[in-house]
Formats: sequence, C-alpha cells, structure tokens
Amino acid sequence: MQFSRKHLGIPYAAFLIIFVVAPLLVLFYYAFTDGQGLFTAQNFLHFFTNPNTLGTLYYSLIVALVTTVVCLLLAYPVAYFLATSNLRMKSVVLMLFIMPMWINFSLRITALKEILSVLEGNLAMHPFLNAVIGMTYDFLPFMILPIYTTIMRLDGALREASMDLGADHVQTFLRVTLPLSVPGIISGVSMVFLPAMTNYVVLDMLYNSTYIMGSLIGSYFSAYNWNGGSMISLILLALICIFTLLNSGDEEEKAREGGALL
Amino acid sequence: MQGKKKMTVRILAGAAALLLSVSAPAVCLASASAAEPAADLSAADNTAATSERVAEEKDAGTGKAGDQKPADKSGKPVRLRVSNWEEYIDLGDWDEEETIELPSGDIIGENSMVEDFENWYYETYGIPVEVEYSTFGTNEDLYNMLTLGDVYDVVCPSEYLIMKLMAEKELVPLSDGFFDTSDEYNYYSKGVAPFIKEMFETSKIDGEPWQKYAAGYMWGVTGLVYNPETVEEEQVSTWKVLADPAFKRQVTIKDNVRDSYFAAVGAIKSDLLISEEFRSAPDYKKRLEEEMNDTSPEMIAQVQDWLKEVKDNVYSFETDAGKADMITGKVAVNYQWSGDAVYTLDQADEDDFTLCFSVPRESTDIYFDGWIMLKRGISQDPRKQHAAEAFINFVSRPDNVIRNMYYIGYTSVISGGDDPRILEYAQYNYEAEDDEEETVDYDLAYFFAGEEDDSGEYMITAPAEQMNRQLYAAYPPADVIGRSSIMTYFNDKQNAEINRMWVNVRCFDIRNAPAWGWVLLCGVLIVSVCFLVKEKKIQGGLRNPFKRKK
Repeated sequence: MQFSRKHLGIPYAAFLIIFVVAPLLVLFYYAFTDGQGLFTAQNFLHFFTNPNTLGTLYYSLIVALVTTVVCLLLAYPVAYFLATSNLRMKSVVLMLFIMPMWINFSLRITALKEILSVLEGNLAMHPFLNAVIGMTYDFLPFMILPIYTTIMRLDGALREASMDLGADHVQTFLRVTLPLSVPGIISGVSMVFLPAMTNYVVLDMLYNSTYIMGSLIGSYFSAYNWNGGSMISLILLALICIFTLLNSGDEEEKAREGGALL
Repeated sequence: MQGKKKMTVRILAGAAALLLSVSAPAVCLASASAAEPAADLSAADNTAATSERVAEEKDAGTGKAGDQKPADKSGKPVRLRVSNWEEYIDLGDWDEEETIELPSGDIIGENSMVEDFENWYYETYGIPVEVEYSTFGTNEDLYNMLTLGDVYDVVCPSEYLIMKLMAEKELVPLSDGFFDTSDEYNYYSKGVAPFIKEMFETSKIDGEPWQKYAAGYMWGVTGLVYNPETVEEEQVSTWKVLADPAFKRQVTIKDNVRDSYFAAVGAIKSDLLISEEFRSAPDYKKRLEEEMNDTSPEMIAQVQDWLKEVKDNVYSFETDAGKADMITGKVAVNYQWSGDAVYTLDQADEDDFTLCFSVPRESTDIYFDGWIMLKRGISQDPRKQHAAEAFINFVSRPDNVIRNMYYIGYTSVISGGDDPRILEYAQYNYEAEDDEEETVDYDLAYFFAGEEDDSGEYMITAPAEQMNRQLYAAYPPADVIGRSSIMTYFNDKQNAEINRMWVNVRCFDIRNAPAWGWVLLCGVLIVSVCFLVKEKKIQGGLRNPFKRKK
C-alpha cells in the first residue's frame, strides 16, 4: 500500500474513536436507558423536575460565574500592566504568575486550606467564599495568560493614534485597548468558567458540603446508578457545547480580524 | 482539573462496560441479573497466565505434598487474584526495633504478607502459587469494577457488600474442609473469636448464614473521637451531638450514605433506644436491629430532615481528612470507625495531644471486612479454591494476625483459639506499667472465650484512662457489643430511595436560591447576548476603513 500523508492521521483517528467517540456513545446509551436496558426519558425528566438537581446546576453556575468575574477582575489589570510596561524582567514576572500551575494541584489546595484556616478561623463557616477563593486560586493563571498574550500582540501605534487624535488615557483604554483584547478575555473566560462548574475536588478539600455538578455525577455512580449519572454528564456536555459554540464562532472571526488589524 | 479527570475516568469506565457487554454479555450482566457466570473466560485467563510462566513449571511438582491435597497436582503455578482495601495488609520491611516481643516469641514482618504466603503455600502443599494482589478504594468502587467485568478470586469487602453479593449469588461457598478444626492449617476456624463466629452463624441472607461464604478479617464499631478539653463525655454519648448547635462547624461526619444514615436513625430514635423499657425487653437485640435498619419512607424523610440540619452544622462530610482535622485540633468531634479511631488517638499521642473515643448510648454499627471467593474467579477450579482458602487461613494465623493488626491498626476477628499470642499482643499494647497509679480491670472474656467465661483469665489491667481511649476502641467492652447492631445492605429499591434522600441532603435546593443569584445569572446572560450582537457590529464597522487603507 502506498504511504501517504493521510496515514499519519490513523493513530489519532484510532485514539479518537476509542477514547472519545466510543465513550460518548456509551454515555448516550446509559443516559437514555433504565437499569434493564430499555429506552427511557425518565433520567432526563428527573433532572429537570427535581429542585435539588436543578439547584445543583444553579449552584455550579453561580460558583463558576463568580469565580470567572473575580478572576477577570484580578487578571485583567495584571495582564494589562504587564503587557504594556517596559519592565525588563517581564518574562520573570509572568513566570511568577504562571508558576503555581507547575505545582501539584492537591498540594496547592492543601496549602491554601491552611492559609485560609489562619485567616478565617473556622474554615467551614464560609463554604461559598472558600469555593470561590479555591477556584480563583486554581484558575487565575488560565485567565492571565490569554489576556496578556492578546494585549502583547496589540500594535502600540493604535494606542498612539488614539492619543494623537485627542482621546485621553481612559478613552483610549475603553475604546481601543479593551475592545481589541476581547478575544483574550473570551478565551480566558471559557478556560475558567467551564472547569469551575465541575471541579468538585476544590469544594471537597475546602469543606464545602454542597454538591456541584461533578460531585453530583460522582454520587450517582457510587449509588450504582450509571443511567442517572450518564444523563447528568450529558446535560453538562450539552451546556459546555453551547458555551463553546457561542465563543468559538466569534473567536475565529476575531482571530481573522485581529490578523487584518495588525 | 482533577475533578474533570475523575469524570472522564468514570465515562471511560462506562465505555469499557459497554464494550464488554457487547463482547461478553454474560460477564457484564452476571451481577445485574444473577446469571450464571461465564466460567470459560477465567479458564482462558488461566491458560494465558500459565503459559507465561512456563519457565517456573520445571521446579513445580517436586515439592512435598501437604495433608490436604487439591484434586489437580499438575504443578502449574496457581494464579490467585486477590483484591483488598488499600493499606490493609502487612507489607513487611519492619525495622529491627519494631519487633513485637511477646512471651510466646518475637514477631516481626520481614517480607510482605503476600510473599510469605506464596512461600508458605509452596512449602506446605508443594504447589507454587502466584498472587496477583490489587487494591480498591471503596466498596462501591469494587462493586462497579466487578460489574465492569474485572475478575478476582478472593476479595475483602465490608459486610454490606458481602451481603449484597450473597443475595446476588455471586459467591463460592467455603468448603467443608475449611471448617475442620482438626486440621492444623485451618487457622481461621480454630482461631475466630466466639462472638464473631456466632454472628456469622446466626446472621443470614436468604436463609443462608454468612459463615457459609465469608470469613472475617477485621472488625470494629462506629463511634465518636473527641477532644476531652472541649467536649464533655456526656455530650458525645449520643449521636445527636452531630446536629448540636453547641458544636457548630466543629464536628465531622462520614461522607457516605450508610454511616450517615445509621447515625441519623440513632439520633432520631434516641429516646426510644435509650429507654429502660426498650433495653430490658427480652427480644432487645432483635428489636434493636429492626429499629436501626428502619428504611420506611417516613424514616427516610425524617433522616433527610435531620441530615440537612447536620449539613448546616458540621465542619465537613469527610472521607479521610477527618483524622488529620481531629489531630490538628480543627474539629472537636469526629464520627469515626473504631480502627481509624485507634490510629487517630495514636497519632495525637505522638504530638502530646489527648483524644478520646466514645460509643453513643443508642446503638453502634458493628462492621467487619471479610474474605469471600467469587464464582467468576474461582470458576470451579479446585486448585484455585484450595489456594484461596489457604490464603484466608494464612492471614488468620496468629503471628500474621498480629503483624496485620500492627500494620493496619484495626482489630482482627481472630482471637487465636488455643494460641495465646493474640491475647498477649493485647496485653503487650494495653497492660498498665507496674508503676501506674490508677488502673482498671478490663474484661475481654467475651472476645477471647465467649460469654460464659468468668475465670478472669482474659482480664487486662489497664491504665484507668484507657477506659475511653485506644483499648476501648480496639476491643470495645461487652456492653458496647451488647448494644451494637448490624446494618444490613440496602436492596435496589431501598438503595434508590436512600440515595435520592442523600442527593436531596447534599444538593442546593433551587427553591432557596437567593435573589442576587438570579439577578447575577440573568444579568450576565443579557450582557453577554448584547455583547455578542454588538461586537459583530463594531467589527463590521472597523473592518472597512482599515481595508481601504491597504
């Protein structure tokens, strides 16, 4: 058989089929069947009629949203000043922000737990706050990095032009820099928001006893209810798909536009 | 990240299940429909394993034969697949100073228990055995692995999973030879503690006693570890302490539905359970077990309400962190299994921090982990079954029991029978020093000799403070055993109902959602929609001028 470049894709295609497509099919199978293997939509209805499972979705969304907002508020100024400054040691400073990512996750959270215990006294008194702090701590670098890269890539001439044309610093920022850094914000938001909805380990380790989507799915599997668990995974998957589609359509265009601008 | 990873693993596990169910439906459905296991599968496994070990075959068969001869003496190594809890067997490699010096001889773990078994089995029966040892994290994980088609010969789950597997007809009965106390190698039958033996004889699933299928390993009761500086003994004498606002965010409860359910029932029925009338009823034990295993819808509803209260009161629902939080003084009360309680108390002692253990008055869940043989693994292979039973006996040999107890910290179901070493080990651990000022006599006759014994031979003279410390947790006194009850497994219907209750407890109820949350959600939604629409316009507006420039 003639070797062509197409064949190089075979290992990945095999990987995709075994580890992505097949599990998805299984997920669909379990989600729409009952314990006996018969078709049912009960799992779906249960999720949307139980105030507690819906409440979990709500709680996850709120935790993820607040985390994202906090991350954005913290990350943007840092990224902005870092990208626009003339600091010599820029890369070192950036590395300091990224470094936590290199340390094992559970180690980081354990350390955070001790710090928070000192600050708050009894950790369990503020479960929601802890969840947001833990998630922010965990995901902040994912917000800083894309925003920093986008602002770095902006042509300084645009800012200068804006100032020359009579805009002050605030106006320049609001009307030039901010709109142009939107692609970075969007990719940062999607890198923080989506994982924050399911990362229940943070909540577990910081003593928040309320389930979020990830832990809810886990509880179904420990109760041998694979069908219910699969359905919730599927609903989560659908939500993530919607978010990603909304973002990516926009982002691709952005990337193209960004290219034209610079 | 980790959370996501876990989810993926679960999804993959699901995938494996489907793939397996396509290729070997019998394997996957066996536990669900209690179908007969697919014996040919493990037979095929055997062939594969043995062909791998052709090299070892040549020195097989030359060994001396033991008293008990398995049917087939072809000399091929027997492959025994054992699955046990993590860190639940001695791994050997002790330091010299760790040697346990007993009047009947020193005990030290040089090699791992599994390695010692392989050597012992070959020396004793002349058949090479190859143990494939693996571990599991929770009973639910083990059950899911079995459902997914993992095959083991011998596993060591907790009592409720044993009951469930018994009901699902997944287990191989122990052979008659196993109970023959005249055989010197039947360490289990010769050494098992009388009250455990009785429990295994009288507790039944579908009319069959546990004893037919299961041999105990470690046992204990549930109770409360507490800090005597901040907590009165009286306060932890009831399960109600878990919902007591006096300890707001200072108590931890187990993050599993069974233990939480038990404590809830104990707290809700507290008045009845501690009433003199109930206690002195002639059928007290039977009624206690009925009450503690109450899964009526009304009871489940009450448990849900109580656990919701607990959720707002506890420091955490913990799986493992409770021990550390107790030792570091973050919490004052920790719902704990007696074996882990001993460990917690020991660790705290090292930091000169005194903790105590209490068993609530209402009742306590007496639990054990036990060895069972799985049909799908053993698959009527007499060589395998022989090796499996020998393994159970080997870990029940008194010196090995002590090694395991030392390593794990739990209490073995083995009292030793005629062998004095287990009692000596208890004395070695807990007997008061000669210069101890206050001592108490602590009677362990119920464990070592059965109830009728009052010879005083099994009396330990312990330091007085041990009354609510390690000794109390390791060998609870007879009155605690008297008020203990066995929590049976939940059948499918109960399991579904109780887990729904659990989800209701642990999840946020959308009806309690605060207004600011809705405002935030809607606000973000509206802003992002507007933004997306507007962004496109701006981009369109910007595009042309720049293009014209070019």
